[in-house]
Amino acid sequence: MEKVLMINYQKCTGCRLCELVCSVMHDGVSNPARSRIKVMKWEAEGLYIPMSCQQCEDAPCMNVCPVKAISRDEDLGFVMVDYVICIGCRSCVAVCPFGAMNYNSIDKKVFKCDLCGGDPQCVRFCEVNAIEYVDADRLSTFKKKDAAERLSVAQKEAGALQAAI
Amino acid sequence: MALDRKIAYIDLSTGEIEIKPIPLDVRKKFLGGRGLDAYLLYNNKEQGCDPLARGNTLMISGGILTATCASATARTHVMAKSPLTGLLGSANMGGFFAPEMAWAGFHHLVIKGKAEKPVYLWIHNGEIEIRDAANLWGKTTTETQWAIREELGDDEIKSAVIGPAGENLVRFANVMTGIKNSAGRTGMGCVMGSKNLKAVAARGTMDIKIAHPVDALEYNKRFINQITSAKVNQTQGTLGTPFIWGATNSWGGIRTRNFQYNQCENADDIEPERIDEICEETMGPYHMTGCFGCQVHCRAQYKIPSGPYAGKYDEGPEYTSQGAFGGEPDCKNAVTVLTGNHLVDQYGMDNLETGSLISWAMELYELGIITSKDTDGLDLKFGNDEALLEMITRICYRDGWLADTLADGGIPASEKIGKDSFSYLIQVKGMSNLHSDERATPALALNIATGSRGSDHLRSRPAIDLYHLPEEVLRKIYSNPVPYDGPLSSEHTSYDGKPWMVFWQENCYMGVDCLCICKYHTTFLGATLPNFEDWTKVIYYNTGLDMTPKEIWDVAERCYNIERLFNLREGLQREDLKKGDTLNHRYYDEPCRRGAIDVIGATIDRKKFKKMIDEYYGHHGWDENGVPTPETLKRLGLDQEPSHLL
Repeated sequence: MEKVLMINYQKCTGCRLCELVCSVMHDGVSNPARSRIKVMKWEAEGLYIPMSCQQCEDAPCMNVCPVKAISRDEDLGFVMVDYVICIGCRSCVAVCPFGAMNYNSIDKKVFKCDLCGGDPQCVRFCEVNAIEYVDADRLSTFKKKDAAERLSVAQKEAGALQAAI
Repeated sequence: MALDRKIAYIDLSTGEIEIKPIPLDVRKKFLGGRGLDAYLLYNNKEQGCDPLARGNTLMISGGILTATCASATARTHVMAKSPLTGLLGSANMGGFFAPEMAWAGFHHLVIKGKAEKPVYLWIHNGEIEIRDAANLWGKTTTETQWAIREELGDDEIKSAVIGPAGENLVRFANVMTGIKNSAGRTGMGCVMGSKNLKAVAARGTMDIKIAHPVDALEYNKRFINQITSAKVNQTQGTLGTPFIWGATNSWGGIRTRNFQYNQCENADDIEPERIDEICEETMGPYHMTGCFGCQVHCRAQYKIPSGPYAGKYDEGPEYTSQGAFGGEPDCKNAVTVLTGNHLVDQYGMDNLETGSLISWAMELYELGIITSKDTDGLDLKFGNDEALLEMITRICYRDGWLADTLADGGIPASEKIGKDSFSYLIQVKGMSNLHSDERATPALALNIATGSRGSDHLRSRPAIDLYHLPEEVLRKIYSNPVPYDGPLSSEHTSYDGKPWMVFWQENCYMGVDCLCICKYHTTFLGATLPNFEDWTKVIYYNTGLDMTPKEIWDVAERCYNIERLFNLREGLQREDLKKGDTLNHRYYDEPCRRGAIDVIGATIDRKKFKKMIDEYYGHHGWDENGVPTPETLKRLGLDQEPSHLL
């Protein structure tokens, strides 16, 4: 079953532990510049949004790659870079609509989320569950449930308001 | 490697910058953070120099674990001679600054001299530049941070800054980062202001190699589980520090109307649940935020719901602000507390000191020691919310005689106001006490009386003393990593064994501050949280440094003794009411008037308290005047200080 990262930014506390464990897991170093996931912040408003690869079906990075270095992992469904073929042109970085393909100027390589081989560390360490690892076809079910809950609350409030009048 | 992060010596008078490695033997002796800062302060500052003179040295640092794969290595430590107390100045803040400085290649900055005009430091991947700050001068703490990002074109820059209070040399000005993270005690922002240093900005993308990455990850996960499974941290994570307000207040531990009462009546409006309610409309569902890598996320987010600052975003308020702007001045409105908290955050001023000094002035006003002539017509009576908020702004800008006087700190103010004003000032070593009332808890009273930076609850507070834990549980905690078979009491009103608890906590908190992790991740509010033994593993997996729990304990004791040596050199004397290990006479003479059965009528017993201090000195290996004996210094390898190893 194909699984994806589901990010609920409203739960994010902005601590950036995901960035830390991502770089330690992949490179054995602490350095957010090497992290595949990144928390974008609007500190003056207290808004934090973690951004990572969506593992697109019709992936622009894969389409644009002139040497076909980008392919899909058949078991886990994530999009990956073959560094033997990659020429480092960064076309994939330019074309990604989410900014999820990164370039690291230390190793001079592009890099992206590989779901840690099926045990994403960002998910494992996020105690508030702002990032979850869920079945791709159930993603919308969670969204539906959230939206339904909001509707239900709104209805109750409307009812209470009406009763008050 | 964390161990390859550098130390930079910056002379603002000459513009010279020298970058050096930190030798391993120095690391083993002082680790980093507060411990190494204390060593640097003792070695670099001339004896008796004015805190605002060029000769004062300011240290800004991260710890040995900063930005490694350990939990919540977010803390930044700041140290210098304090312009508030004339003794050790030391303050600590969360946020994201120290990790960014570590990724930029540095653990310690040693800042000397004074710039001719306003400047800021720009630290970027191994390089340090002194830049013009003319455009930043006058800006608030957040305005300054956003302006630096704009100027340098990078939204991820993290800065430690001062606000207008630091520029105006308010002696309890903060160094701040983010919205509300404050190195808020002992006036470190004032020292920055005196050096014309508006900010230190950092941005780094340099690797910190983890010695054993797989083990570090796995151990971090275990460590986090241990931390987040503690009930106290779960509560912190929903309500923040204000969760202790209600219970402490109904018990009788909240100082109100300066020191007149020990319970704040009708104070439900400033409970965190109530603040949550009134902020719902502006902020949406109650939301918490955290410092770097921390899963406790104890900081609430809010927008002020009404009043002149309606709609302004801020974080907190902490328990400290509830007391400083709610309990002590007896202004029990949520909007007042939220607004007061926002003002001090923007000005960069210690909330605790500000609220306490205003409350002291309110008592003096009530007694007629100061009059409306001194306040420029402001009706500075208890419960006057508007007067409280007006005074905060006046102090920041030193506007008017009284505000200018208070901005110099409690003791100089009492000397200027005269009459009997000093006897009403609730301070130790010139720094105001937290609004918690320690009369029913001798251990906590001993902690504030002896804290190395003056009255303080984060230096040695044995907070778990309040939990009535069984003696065997206490013994398990307090006889590690060094054996202790003296008395220990589960009773918080007792004087037995408390000096050992205070001594142990001192070393525990010093350890935390050398690693630069958060105190919510150790034996502070929770009895099950990690300490010495757990740290040895975190240090080893992350840095490769192999130490025993006892060795970390020794580092802590060594560093605490350096702080003591510094204080003694700058004039600390045991019985000095202004610079000693003493309490205001009201702790002994005025019984608690409200509260639970174990609190009402409580005072500190002078004789027993003196005996406690003797005992506490004994644990340290200090003589009856609180001076480390030659044997103690030799045992800790401090007999050659100052030794100038760096």
